[in-house]
Formats: sequence, structure tokens, C-alpha cells
Amino acid sequence: MLGFLSFIPRAVGQGIPLLYGCTGEIITEKSGNLNLGIPGVMYVGAISGVIGSFFYENSVKGGAMNGFLAIMIPMLCSLLGSFLMGMLYCFLTVTLRANQNVTGLAMTTFGVGFGNFFGGSLIKLSNLDVPTIALSKTSAYFSATLPFAGKMGWFGQIFLSYGFLAYLGVISALVVAFILKKTRVGLHLRAVGESPTTADAAGINVTKYKYVSTVAGCMIAGLGGLYYVMDYASGIWSNDAFGDRGWLAIALVIFTIWKADIGIFASVLFGGLYILYLYIPTGMEHMELKELYKMIPYVVTLVVLIITSMRNRREDQPPASLGLNYFREDR
Amino acid sequence: MIKKNKEPLFHLVKRDTLPRHIRILIRLGAIVLALILCAALTAFFTGINPIQVYGSIISGAFGSARKTWITLQDLSVLLLISLALTPAFMMRFWNIGGEGQVLIGGLATAACMICLEGKVPSAVIMILSFITAVLAGAFWGFIPAFCKSKWNTNETLMTLMMNYIATQIVSFFIIVWEVPKGSGKIGIINQNSHDGWMPALFGSKYMLCITVSIIVMVFLYIYLKYSKHGYEIQVVGESENTARYVGIKVGKVIIRTMLLSGALCGLAGMLLVGSINHTITTTIAGGQGFTAVLVSWMAKFNPFTMVLSAFLIIFMKRGAGEIATNFGLNQSFADILTGIILFFIIGCEFFINYKIKRSERHDEKGGSEC
Repeated sequence: MLGFLSFIPRAVGQGIPLLYGCTGEIITEKSGNLNLGIPGVMYVGAISGVIGSFFYENSVKGGAMNGFLAIMIPMLCSLLGSFLMGMLYCFLTVTLRANQNVTGLAMTTFGVGFGNFFGGSLIKLSNLDVPTIALSKTSAYFSATLPFAGKMGWFGQIFLSYGFLAYLGVISALVVAFILKKTRVGLHLRAVGESPTTADAAGINVTKYKYVSTVAGCMIAGLGGLYYVMDYASGIWSNDAFGDRGWLAIALVIFTIWKADIGIFASVLFGGLYILYLYIPTGMEHMELKELYKMIPYVVTLVVLIITSMRNRREDQPPASLGLNYFREDR
Repeated sequence: MIKKNKEPLFHLVKRDTLPRHIRILIRLGAIVLALILCAALTAFFTGINPIQVYGSIISGAFGSARKTWITLQDLSVLLLISLALTPAFMMRFWNIGGEGQVLIGGLATAACMICLEGKVPSAVIMILSFITAVLAGAFWGFIPAFCKSKWNTNETLMTLMMNYIATQIVSFFIIVWEVPKGSGKIGIINQNSHDGWMPALFGSKYMLCITVSIIVMVFLYIYLKYSKHGYEIQVVGESENTARYVGIKVGKVIIRTMLLSGALCGLAGMLLVGSINHTITTTIAGGQGFTAVLVSWMAKFNPFTMVLSAFLIIFMKRGAGEIATNFGLNQSFADILTGIILFFIIGCEFFINYKIKRSERHDEKGGSEC
């Protein structure tokens, strides 16, 4: 029971970045844009927040930090960074009608490079005398839990032991699910993703919908990166630590069959699979088996991919125009 | 929805195919603009003047005979992987699993080198590593192709997941074979006996990769352009329905092409392990499986043009690496510059395919928005 109690919060901690990425990619894909740049966007979201709070922390120099600013500066920087990435993707694919896969991969190359470059060179570039990027003070604000969470026993540990970004992630997934399912805007967005020609004929502004949903998706995904650095990694940036989570988030979109509310459970499940290897006993003799256990999330994704394609149900299909750009004068 | 009736001032029209020299000029223009931006950015971060930046980049790539050789070798590896992915892309099969196919090919080579050391002659090890690497890569390409042709599984995500599975398999074997125990790495394989190390060609250890990639380039050009297989690949890429209508078995073409694609990636893995590094790590492919997608696309799937696009990437990577090292900056600087160049090249395609036309009529009927 003790192991299980410690397992859940860690699984959730691992799952939240995936949840953000998955929610962001779902609204993006619903507009017919397959954004393979999400891993890059999450890196940019993370490092932008880090840059913001790095300068803020160093500017107050031991003085007391303003809690409001300590949270808002990284948040806004992160949102701005991923906003710009989203605009770039939209400009290239929607306005200039470039190939989405290629644009996405280029964004990932750029974004991951951007993150690692500034992560590795920020101290050098800013000429500040600090050994590493350790934003523990900012992180304390991000991972602050409710004051009574510690006194609630197992309930507190499983449901209340997270920073506010975790709850924001769940809320944003629920809001996205609601918008997509219940509102007129959601209906229009789905129409754009299924058949932009029809949507255009019905008077829906395809370009606007594609832009707004993709940029909003990128901004949500970027927060996932911010959560990872500020909360999960306690404000310590290390290059490549974020790893392949962005790609897993994209895979999760298929796993959840484009439903943001399922994403909440799916991402916690994947977060659990991600760290499962720590809980499977191997003994000191066979450390190599741990490497095989780390394969589990990918194998599960693979199996799910194959099974969903084998069942081939109509309601489980991706948006019909996914990956295709819309040009009105095409037939 | 209520919309204001306003006529846009401009609208887009698809262009007829532009003459070749204009297309080349537009792309060159984009590259020049991108390079100017890159220089400005480098100057901003390092404080050296932009012209000096190019001096450093050129000296980073070609500063000495050794640097030139390494640049050429890197170029040939990237070219080989890009070539490997090309047939798959031509039939719109988004194989972003080059990374995994290279790794698994490299693993097969490493396995031959480690397990057969001293038991059989070195030449036999080389032949076996070649065969196993090619087979392993082909197998890694076969799995997603089979699922795609049978159940129409999304190949982009499937090949992606196969990358990570390959990475974990490699890290499993690294711990199994680690020398010394507990170090978490293999080190140089067969350091003393040199068993299974690929031979030098024309008196240079760099020439093997270069030669192999040139052979593959010519082979692929002929295969794609003049063979029946190549024709089938193009038809499937243009339209699966057309292909089916004319009696091409689409599933068979997908599987056959991916076997070739994977096998060539496996070959690249063999060269990386057997000829260049003589060891295996999980990052031996170094993201080139992804970069290769972009290289192949930039060259419009033409094997000869691919030399140029691969050169551009490698040149910037080596040059930016040199600048980053000199100024104590992170090596990922190269990725940022590569990204910028890619964005420009991706963006400039628009001006090749479309033209912006001023709308002529401004009457009351127009109710469209752009």
C-alpha cells in the first residue's frame, strides 16, 4: 500500500506534461493540422519560462520574491514562447500552405535546439555569476500545495499533493472537451477539420479557426513543458531531460481517440507506465532488465495504435482532413 | 454567422510550373536570406562581426584536412540515411523511424563484432555484420509497413514508437555487454584485435562511407527513375486509388519499399558502428533519422540534389559547432541555425506554387473572406 501511495503522485507528476501536450494537440488536430512540432513547442515553452524566472530570480538577489510575479513572469514568458511557435507553424502551413509533416519536424529540430542552447548557454550569455540554473525559489511557488493537503492522509497524497499547474492541466482538458463536444465553436472547429470545403461554404472562416486552435494548442502544450521544469524537476533545467514526452503526447492523442477528457486518465496511465520500471524489482544482478521495462509505454502505444486501426470504427477515426492544407481554389 | 461583406484586396492563385532556373533562384534566395539571418543571430550572441561568422563556419567545416574529411564523412552518412528514407517518402509513407532502423542495424553489427571476436576471421565478421545489419534494418521497416498495408495503421506514430523501442533494446544490450561492468557503456569494441572493423578504402578510413553513399545514390536514382518498381512507387505516391485501378498491389509496394528503406538505414547503422565509431551508444544516430526527412524533402526526392541539401545541413552543423565551442556556448546552436534555414526553405515553396493576385472587381456581391 505504501508503494502504491507513492506511485500514484509520481505517475500523475509524469502524466501532467503529457496531458498538456495531448490536450493541445487534440484541438490542433481537430482543425485538421497535424502538428509534429509539439515536442519542440514544449521545449520552447519550458525554456521561455525558465529564462523569465531566471532573470527575475537574479534581479531580486536574495530579497523577498513577490509570489504573484514569481508565478506570472514564467507563465507569461512560457505562453509567449509557445504562442510565437504556434504562429510560426500556422504562418507556414495555413498561410503559406507548406507541408505539415516537414514543418512540424523542422519546428521540433528548432525547438529542442532552442531549449538546449539557452539551457546550456544562459549563464554564459547573461554574464551572471551562478553555477547552474536552479530556480528552486520559483519552483517552490509552482509546487506549493494547499496548506491542509498534508493532513488529509491518503486522500491528500493522491488528490491534493500537486502544484496548481497540475489542476490547471486537468481543467483545461475538461474545458477543451466541453468546447469540442457541446458548443457551436467546437462544432465549427470539428467541421473545419473534417471538411474545410464544406465549412467554408457554410460561412465558417477556415483560416481563423485553424490559426486560433493551433496557436491555442501550442500554448497549452507549452505549459506542459513549464510544469515539467518548474514543478516536476523542481526548477532545475538539464538539457534533454524533457526527452521524448512531446512525442508520447502526440501518440496519446490517438490513444484517446481525439477526446480530451479521456486524455486525463490516459496521461496518468502513461505517466505510470513511464516510471513503472522503478517499481518492478530486478535485483542488482540484472540491471539490464530495467532498460527493457522502460520500453513498456512505447510498446503499449504501438499495440494500441495497431488495435485501433484493426477495429477501424467510424467514430474512432482522425479528422478527415488531418494533415492536408486547405486551398479554396483546389477541387 | 454574420459576416461583413468585404472583398479582400488580394487572393491566391495556383501557379503553373515555373521554369527550372526561376525555381532554383527562389530557393537560393531563401537560403541566402536564411544565412544572413543566421549570421546576424550568431553575431548577436557572440559579438563577432557577421562576416567573421562565415569565416569561422568555413574554417570549422574545412579548416584542416582532418576536418574536411570528417565533414565529408558526416555528409555521406546523412546522405545515406536521407537516400534510405526517400523511396518511402515518394509513396507518401512518412517513415520517421530512420533513427530506429539505423540503431537496430548498428546493434546487429555490434553484436557480430562482440560475439564473434576471435572465433572467425575478421572478413567473415564483416560479411555477417553486413547481412545482419541489412536484415535487422529491413525487419524494423517491415513491421510498420505490414501494419500500414494490412490495417492502415498510422505509420508516422508507429515508426516513431519503433525508434524508442530500438533505443531501449540498444541500451539493454549496452548494459549486457558493458565494459567494464557498471560503467554503462561499451567503449571501443575489439580495440586490440580490430576484428570486424570495416577496412579502409583507397588508403583512407573515411572513404568507405563516402563510396557506399555514392553507390547507393546512383543505384537509387536509377531504381526510382527507370525501374518498374520506381514507377509503381510514384503512382502510389500520387494516388493510391489510381494505383489500385491500374492493378498495382498497393500493400505489396508499401512493404517492398519499406524493406528497401529499412535495409539501407541498417546499412548506415553498420557503417556508423563498424567503420566510424567502433562502438555503439543509444545516440549513435544523433537525430539524423529526423534530419534526413528534411534533407530528402528539401531535395524534392532527387538523389543528386540531396547531396546539396545534406551538405547545407552538415556544413552549418560543423561550422556552428566550431563557433559554439570557441565561445563556450552550447552545441545545440547548430540546431537553431538549421531550423531557421529550414523555415526559410519551407516558406519559399509558397512562392513557387502560388502567386498573389490583386482582386479586380469591387462590387457588392463579393462575400468572401480570405
